[in-house]
Amino acid sequence: MPKLIKHFSHLVLPVSVMTLLIIINLIKGADYFRITMVNGAFYGNIPNILFGASELVILSIGMTLVTAASRGQDISIGVSATITSAVFVQYVLQAGEVTLLTIVVGFLLSCVIGLLLGAFNGTLVSVFKVQPMVASLILFTGGRSIAFMIDGKLSPILANDISNQIGTVIPGVPIQTPIILTVVFIALVAVLFKTTNLRLYVETVGINPNAARLNGINPKKIIFLTFLIMGICTAVAGFIAVNKAGRHDSVNLLKLIMMDAILAVAIGGNSLIGGKFSITGAIIGAYTIEMLNRTLLRLEIEPATIKVFKAVFIIILMVLSSPVVRVFMKKALDRFRSWRLSISQPKENALSTTNIAEKKEE
Amino acid sequence: MKKALGVLMILVILGSGVLFAAGQKESGLIKVGIVNLPPEESGYRQANVEDMNNVFSVANGYDAKQTNTLDNSEQIAAAKGYIRDGVDYLLISAANASGWDDTLKSAKDAGIQVILFDRAIDTNESNYQAAILSDMAYEGEKAVEWVLSLGLDKINLILIRGQMGSAAEIGRSAAVLDAAKAGKLNIVADGTGGDSWSLEEARKVVEAAIAAGKDFNVIYAQNDGMAQGAVQALQAAGISHGKGGKVKIIGFDFNRFALRNVQAGYWDADMQCNPRQAAEISKWIKSGKMPSGVVYQEELLLTTETISDELIAKWGINADPGKGVITR
Amino acid sequence: MLSETILEMKDISKSFPGVKALDSVDFKLRKGEIHALMGENGAGKSTLIKVITGVYGKDAGLITLQGESIHFKAPEEAQNKGIGTVYQEIMLCPNLTVAENMFIGRSHSLVVNWKQMNEKAAQLLDSLGIPASPVQELTSCSLAVQQMIAIARAVDMDCKILILDEPTSSLDEDEVHKLFKLMRELKARGVGIIFITHFLEQVFEISDRITVLRNGKLVGEYETTSLSQIELISKMLGNVLEDITKIQKHEPIVSDTSIPVFEGIGLSSAAGVRPFNFVIQRGEVNGFAGLLGSGRSESARAIFAADKVTGGEVRMKGKSVKIKTPLHAIKQGIGYLPEDRKGDGIIDDLSVRDNIILTLQVMKGFFKPFSLKQAETFAEEYIKKLNIKTPTPDTPIKSLSGGNQQKVILARWLLTNPEFLILDEPTRGIDVGTKVEIQKLVIKLANNGMSLTFISSEIDEMIRTCSRLIVMKDREIVGELKGTELTETEVMNVIAQGGKNPCLN
Repeated sequence: MPKLIKHFSHLVLPVSVMTLLIIINLIKGADYFRITMVNGAFYGNIPNILFGASELVILSIGMTLVTAASRGQDISIGVSATITSAVFVQYVLQAGEVTLLTIVVGFLLSCVIGLLLGAFNGTLVSVFKVQPMVASLILFTGGRSIAFMIDGKLSPILANDISNQIGTVIPGVPIQTPIILTVVFIALVAVLFKTTNLRLYVETVGINPNAARLNGINPKKIIFLTFLIMGICTAVAGFIAVNKAGRHDSVNLLKLIMMDAILAVAIGGNSLIGGKFSITGAIIGAYTIEMLNRTLLRLEIEPATIKVFKAVFIIILMVLSSPVVRVFMKKALDRFRSWRLSISQPKENALSTTNIAEKKEE
Repeated sequence: MKKALGVLMILVILGSGVLFAAGQKESGLIKVGIVNLPPEESGYRQANVEDMNNVFSVANGYDAKQTNTLDNSEQIAAAKGYIRDGVDYLLISAANASGWDDTLKSAKDAGIQVILFDRAIDTNESNYQAAILSDMAYEGEKAVEWVLSLGLDKINLILIRGQMGSAAEIGRSAAVLDAAKAGKLNIVADGTGGDSWSLEEARKVVEAAIAAGKDFNVIYAQNDGMAQGAVQALQAAGISHGKGGKVKIIGFDFNRFALRNVQAGYWDADMQCNPRQAAEISKWIKSGKMPSGVVYQEELLLTTETISDELIAKWGINADPGKGVITR
Repeated sequence: MLSETILEMKDISKSFPGVKALDSVDFKLRKGEIHALMGENGAGKSTLIKVITGVYGKDAGLITLQGESIHFKAPEEAQNKGIGTVYQEIMLCPNLTVAENMFIGRSHSLVVNWKQMNEKAAQLLDSLGIPASPVQELTSCSLAVQQMIAIARAVDMDCKILILDEPTSSLDEDEVHKLFKLMRELKARGVGIIFITHFLEQVFEISDRITVLRNGKLVGEYETTSLSQIELISKMLGNVLEDITKIQKHEPIVSDTSIPVFEGIGLSSAAGVRPFNFVIQRGEVNGFAGLLGSGRSESARAIFAADKVTGGEVRMKGKSVKIKTPLHAIKQGIGYLPEDRKGDGIIDDLSVRDNIILTLQVMKGFFKPFSLKQAETFAEEYIKKLNIKTPTPDTPIKSLSGGNQQKVILARWLLTNPEFLILDEPTRGIDVGTKVEIQKLVIKLANNGMSLTFISSEIDEMIRTCSRLIVMKDREIVGELKGTELTETEVMNVIAQGGKNPCLN
């Protein structure tokens, strides 16, 4: 049990935040977890959260990897997703009759675009050693204009049945399609981690690129790879977002999502300067942010001040997870433990009962 | 990499060269300088820029030059350039409402008539000839008037605002808030789509209201995207809306997809925000009857009853999904 | 010599969950003495220092400072009472000036009188004989001078006790002497200095007394003159001492027909080493000797392609191979334990297990991860083999002591079963016990047929383990020694002569 706790110690923060939010919501209404069937699909707060956070979850996964390997953040993700989805929409619109094949080919095409955009950022970061934020600033600034040109200077409409089903529900399936797609994506990522050394390589590169190189890992390739994965993430997120919206709005699609994605990475217990990472944490972080947004709405905070509330909440969160507070909490915990030890046992053998472990010293 | 950048640079230089070359004086044409925001700013702007291009064409007797940028200082520089070039009219839609005093004065000194369109500038009214604007408060009043005319027993309204503090949000909210104060309607939920007038945020506002068990029968969303998000929330929750439905939906901006939704009875109404000021301005120039001060445009509200294909084609902005196609 | 006691600690105990770091330790510091605090890693030196400076609270015991009982709750309190500390890593701001580094953050007024500050700094630097100007940027000073400035900063506040925690580990000999001069100056002023180091020679050169700790317990306090080096080591280690003298080096059997394991011709790299040839036989231990900056590390790195390779040919067991990246070298069965353990070796946040399996995993390939069980087996095997002291294989490597970290890196390479292993300063900055273990291991591996190149700043270690020494100076090879020529004086001679030989330049 203690080992288990240690293993998941990085999840303490996001899980406790989530718990707090759930408590607040339960106070506001005891039926928070209630799920009903509406038109053959599950409906309720939880499905809504899962539905709403789909894109954020997917992008947070990519952001975690990029952050871990390159020690920086990609701020162009929303813009990249807008470009990839613009290509998807154009491909679908040029096809006379929209079939599942059209959608699949269009999606794969948008994945290729995502890879290209990822490769662009990845090259700047890995080969030219540009700071990730600066490198992605290029796409961030110019990308929406590119998407606008692809759109033919209009907001094209994606009004076909398959797109609508991808954005909502497939008849006969009780779960909304974006939720299913997100779960599938997470599962694929899990398989990727299971069948490759991605975690070991990315963490090694993020913690110590010099040592990585001397042990046969090419840090450039790994950083580049994380940006490629990010490219796929943006394509999938863009695909979900545009099918949800039913039209392509190059101006506003996933406009400020990089902020929430970075936040999700941080709430998930990940360091923003790279190294060890937790995808699970980031996913929980993403759902937590979605829950937070909805909780603030549920509390009926005025629209003019809702951002302030969110900011304050996040500042408290970040302070709580800062190393300073962590060290303090650890000290307090140690003191508490030794105090408990001293009252629960006779003084003499208080220490001999604990197992002797090498203590960090130098 | 470097090569690609170089090629890009060359293209940019060539491109601007072509633009300048095209600006050569041709006799008999009215010289107009247009300072505007870029079309990719919004669907509204796209229609606005396109309208300017159509109206101020050589065929219509104009020699027009155009600068579209989001950067206020670039806009000012472009305006100064036009003043030096000695244009007859200077048309401005400013990125930023302040910082224009000197430029406007030098235009006035040069005898150039300045016409502001779409966006006002914080300056003395004597610094420009005329301004043609959308009256956001008027749009709000007209929309609220429609809400009140629905003949509902009790109006329980969800207000979904745009970017807080923006001119459109303030104008379009005012009428609702006034009506609520006067007891004519009841605001059951007050939310915002945030800085990006976000569809997703609007959806969440409605979902939160449903989760809280609020009873509502009108959704007043301050742009079409947010109205769409709100309707998505209703759809998922199985709440009827539109013609014959429980919840009445009104959006703003006259996107063609929104108008088609109204036409199909999926929504109930849409309020115009007219981006096409060019024809009016051209009429003033050609007739010589130049007004002074602020002129507000007449704007339409279309409902399931009043909407028609011609109006959609004429007044709508952005892509048209086609008749009978609902954008969900 | 009877002098006034400034600091007295009696029966100090301090426990952390699961370990008793200090067990009834006594310590006494007198005015105007340099007192070396000795012990292996984990002996309790750092904990004792941290108790003195208020970083940790003590569980039991008494501390008296000039007869007054004290109990610091925070490092600032200790500072205010005249206890200054200078750590191994220089904790100053590199892009501020010398004077700024000496005074900034110390005054509570918002306004800084720059002129006054610079004058005061100049005075202090002058009085301590530190060769630096108050207005120069810190980075433009040598490491030793930076270290001295850190000391000056500590000393300035009417310092009665100065604690120097491994101040010499990154200094060269000349710089160490400068530092010692400063320490003697402070001693003459009556400052009591606590000095921690791994360098035994330095202890005998500078200290007046030595207190030895072992496993959190006090072994004793000694006058330095009354103790020999061997005695000191035996007190620090307990019983490992005889091991050191038992090391028997391995002489490879080389005949004219034997094909070398590795043969490099005209190797050179971007790090600036002159093209050189290098050969090693099966079961041979050789080494690069030379002063710091002579190019010994650069040569080793050139063999492993750790720096960008700029030329040369390589043959492994007679076959011509291409080694342009570390990965090529690894695949050819070459291993390289880097000189800079922290910067190039450990992946500090990763577990001991991941650190051990890393290179073997890379060899196996990106798409073939070891199962957790396999990894666990490998890690446990080597933790046992090399006697790595870690609570669990899952513990992050950064929480291990330097010596144990080094053993993990060694384990990493041994797991790949290399034919040729380069060890660049494997014994630097680690405790004596582990140093001995590593030297013994080198011999054992050679006996089993592995070829090793061993590099160390401590020539006696190399003479003990290597059968052939390649002597370097100014980034080129100036000589080679083997058999009876292998003595410290001979190495020095070669280095000295090598420089005088103009035809090599």
